[in-house]
Amino acid sequence: MPISVKTCTGIEEAARTLAGSRSARLFGGGTLVMRALNEGTQEFDTLVRVSDPALRQVKPEGDRITIGAAVTMAEVMANRDLGFLAPVARTIGGPAVRSAATVGGNLFAASPYGDVTVALLALDGMVTLAGAARPVSLEDFLKVRDREPRTVVAAVTILRPRDAQAFRFRKVSRVKPKGISVMSIAAYLPLSGGRITGARVAYGAMGPTPLRAKAVERALEGRSLDAAGIAAALAAATEGLDPPTDALASSWYRREVAPVHLRRVLLDEAP
Amino acid sequence: MIEFRKELFRDERDDDLHEIGKPTQRQDIAGHVTGRSPYYDDHAFEGLAHLKCLRSPHHHARIRSIDTREAERAPGVYRVILAKDVPHNLNTLLSLMGFGLDDEPLISGGKVAYKGEPVAAVVAESERAAFDAIAKIRVAWEVLPHVLDVEEALKPGAPVVNETYPGNTFTYHETYDHQKLRYGDVEAAFRQADRVVEGRYQMSPIEQAPTETCGAIAAQEGADRFVCYTSTQALFFSLGTAAKLLKLPSNRLHLIGGTVGGGFGGKVDSLHEPMAILGCMLTGRPVKYMFDRAEEMQVGAPRGAERWYLKDAIGRDGRILGRQFTGYFDSGAYTRLSSYAIIKSAGHLPGPYTIPNVSADVYCVFTNRTPATAMRGFGITGVDFAIESHMDVVAHEIGMNPIEFRILNAYRDGDMKAHRRIAKNTALIECCQVVSEKANWPIRDEFRRMSSMVGGGEGDNGRVPNYTATDQKGRVDGRNRGVARRPGEERPRSVPAAPPPRPVPPPVPAYASTGPLPGFAPTPGTAGRHAPPPSPQPAPPPNSGAPAAAAPPPVPPTPNRTGPNRFSSSVSGLRRR
Amino acid sequence: MARKPIEFRHNGREQAAFVEEGANLLDVLRRGIGDFAPKYGCGQGTCGCCTVLVDGAPHLACLTLAESVAGRVVETASGLAKGTELHPLQQAFMDHFAAQCGYCTPGMLMAAKVLLDQNPAPSRLDVVEALAGNICRCTGYEPIITAVLDAASRLTGRRSA
Repeated sequence: MPISVKTCTGIEEAARTLAGSRSARLFGGGTLVMRALNEGTQEFDTLVRVSDPALRQVKPEGDRITIGAAVTMAEVMANRDLGFLAPVARTIGGPAVRSAATVGGNLFAASPYGDVTVALLALDGMVTLAGAARPVSLEDFLKVRDREPRTVVAAVTILRPRDAQAFRFRKVSRVKPKGISVMSIAAYLPLSGGRITGARVAYGAMGPTPLRAKAVERALEGRSLDAAGIAAALAAATEGLDPPTDALASSWYRREVAPVHLRRVLLDEAP
Repeated sequence: MIEFRKELFRDERDDDLHEIGKPTQRQDIAGHVTGRSPYYDDHAFEGLAHLKCLRSPHHHARIRSIDTREAERAPGVYRVILAKDVPHNLNTLLSLMGFGLDDEPLISGGKVAYKGEPVAAVVAESERAAFDAIAKIRVAWEVLPHVLDVEEALKPGAPVVNETYPGNTFTYHETYDHQKLRYGDVEAAFRQADRVVEGRYQMSPIEQAPTETCGAIAAQEGADRFVCYTSTQALFFSLGTAAKLLKLPSNRLHLIGGTVGGGFGGKVDSLHEPMAILGCMLTGRPVKYMFDRAEEMQVGAPRGAERWYLKDAIGRDGRILGRQFTGYFDSGAYTRLSSYAIIKSAGHLPGPYTIPNVSADVYCVFTNRTPATAMRGFGITGVDFAIESHMDVVAHEIGMNPIEFRILNAYRDGDMKAHRRIAKNTALIECCQVVSEKANWPIRDEFRRMSSMVGGGEGDNGRVPNYTATDQKGRVDGRNRGVARRPGEERPRSVPAAPPPRPVPPPVPAYASTGPLPGFAPTPGTAGRHAPPPSPQPAPPPNSGAPAAAAPPPVPPTPNRTGPNRFSSSVSGLRRR
Repeated sequence: MARKPIEFRHNGREQAAFVEEGANLLDVLRRGIGDFAPKYGCGQGTCGCCTVLVDGAPHLACLTLAESVAGRVVETASGLAKGTELHPLQQAFMDHFAAQCGYCTPGMLMAAKVLLDQNPAPSRLDVVEALAGNICRCTGYEPIITAVLDAASRLTGRRSA
């Protein structure tokens, strides 16, 4: 069927349109939707765009910061309040992809994509959905996102690391600088009295969606951020996880190298 | 930049180099940087139609039925093309040189032998309309067992991949299921050897992956001709193939090639021209047929996989006394250029070394993989990897410096080579010496003093051996002979004799697909392009087989003078120099 | 078949086209207005052959909704030269043999132009990152990187002249 494009002024209207049509798809930056169209998808025939400028805003709010769903990777890199996230956005595609790819769209990208979402997960991401009274945790959102494709995201709120050093991110890929993740690792490691308190560690391409490495977080609690302190965390690097086998790497390989890359992230070592 | 070692072979050449070593600008670079170089798609056509194919999702399957009624009625569709619409729906590229039997349809109607094989083509007013129509075609598949490994394909009972070659191998010289090279007596060499070293080497298929995907646009030109802009690397191949498949005299085809956006061998056996021209013939409109990126990677012919077994007989002094090869080229489901790759390969063996006893059996094997084709020195590069890896393995086994080992065994001017020609202008020794220097891998003085021009042709090295052991292993009879259909014949006559017993090769790990990379697989919904498999069908009763009448020896088909030009060639091996 | 008229600036000229809803910018540039410089290599956003500039930012035309460029400024490799006078990037690509089959070249030129517009004195790493979204199967990238660095110094030389 021919494609039609509907432009909505706000996300509530977009959400209603999507709810009312099984063949409509939200158009964020277009990197996933246009690709599907180019490949002849039969899954949808209506693109729903949202023109509300509020979706492109970045608002610092105390120790957190809200990023509109339509903010592009290029805009993340250019925004002074998002300096800590710039290195993450920089790993997405190339410059042209980053002109279009949105933070909101990244939340829906299938593994092994979704590297920015990995970082947002480590930064206690909370997702504001159209028509929802309260934001949901990114973790909960990821659990249901593939079952509920009609969801419309308005914004994501994350922690602003007080100390730039406390937030680390590494994308492991065979081709650099642009490449698809064998895995990506994000770690938020706040220190209190020289000890790690409330660590959050997230992986990409190590499961069906970006996910938190809870065993690693537990093993880091109260430890010092040095080789001795992280030993237990490295031992627990893939505990409870079932890394996928895909064209890039086998499950076995991911398990083997995860502790190596985790160590490099935790100790901020050169790759 | 380039360093010239002019002291080497100084007396052999005129050193007045006018072009080599000096930068010369490409004639098309100005077009490249201004975006004006004309690739096939850079031509405007009013009312351009688009052709897309429905492709098999199965490695191996019979087509029980195709229902195109809904597709034909879909908006914007001009025509749905099936196997029956192709004027001469069986070909092999090198039939243009009288080499090999026709084995590949342009559009399949009976069975498919590789994932991605086209079974229908839709011509529509837009790509979108074509995709939508493709999704409406219903195919009932009978999935067949498939084989994806060269040695598995040669085991008794393996699925028959290519019905023209029921033994799953190309037939060489109408007599053998492989190409032989025999020179001296390797078995005697093995008996006399101080050491025998074996190795197995293999290579996966490699996709050329040019940035420009394969494609062609065909349109009517004047009353009686079709013009076709194409990405082909081999314009005359394309011309001959299109003329044959479409039963058109060549003078009704005006093929325009030119700037190719990368080929690397992946655009030498193009079938885009006959498909696009057929679309134009049947609709009267200009038709574009292009691989999208997923098709280029999956359906576009790669360099074929290869597997090589080497066995060397080594003398006490480090000389290679004999070398035996068994090579398997994975041609995929159809022949294309693989038949020729084996000939190149056999001519290349045993590599740039003087070895008094050489034997090679090289098989062109059909499997249910994507049909393979040329890429960058195909036929040679794979076996060179095997040879050079093996040289290092042998050197290590016997405790010899691997560069010295090569120099010791290198061919020299005047040595007889295994395919019975005298070596001349050899240079391996000098290459090894320069490598030794550049890599800081020292070799002893005596090896640094050796020369390609000294010591060759001495004693037995300059002569074909007095005795060469030959054998009739791998003769194909009856059903395995791959008999061509003669005009008027419904089916090739065949005798269902048991294939000649063949030693079972050592077990190889089963090929296991890990499936498509998420995000790389065609997005769900393009499943229509690969028609969804229906619920499993019960297996049909086994074929009771053709009548077991003795068939007279086949007569080679008489050349068809009204068809495309045939070029005489010794490639087939039927001609003697 | 629904078609919308859009107007945009294309290589310095006002341009108008009727675009089908959902059409991508690459098809509209090539088949709609006859600018064959941007090319189809993948349709997936991985090869960069369709790189164009929209309001000065790099975009992949194959992933861009054509109607989204209404009222905006679009630049392609066709617009780099001024008559017979080549842009320094084009000249540098020629001088350094930075093209063989030429298919990636228009995309590479536009990606490089964005870099030089924003960073007149890029390091080699800057060039590599700027071209990270563009695949070349022929040259091995080195001649392209060299050409971009050379073009940068030529442009800087021009500016200070």
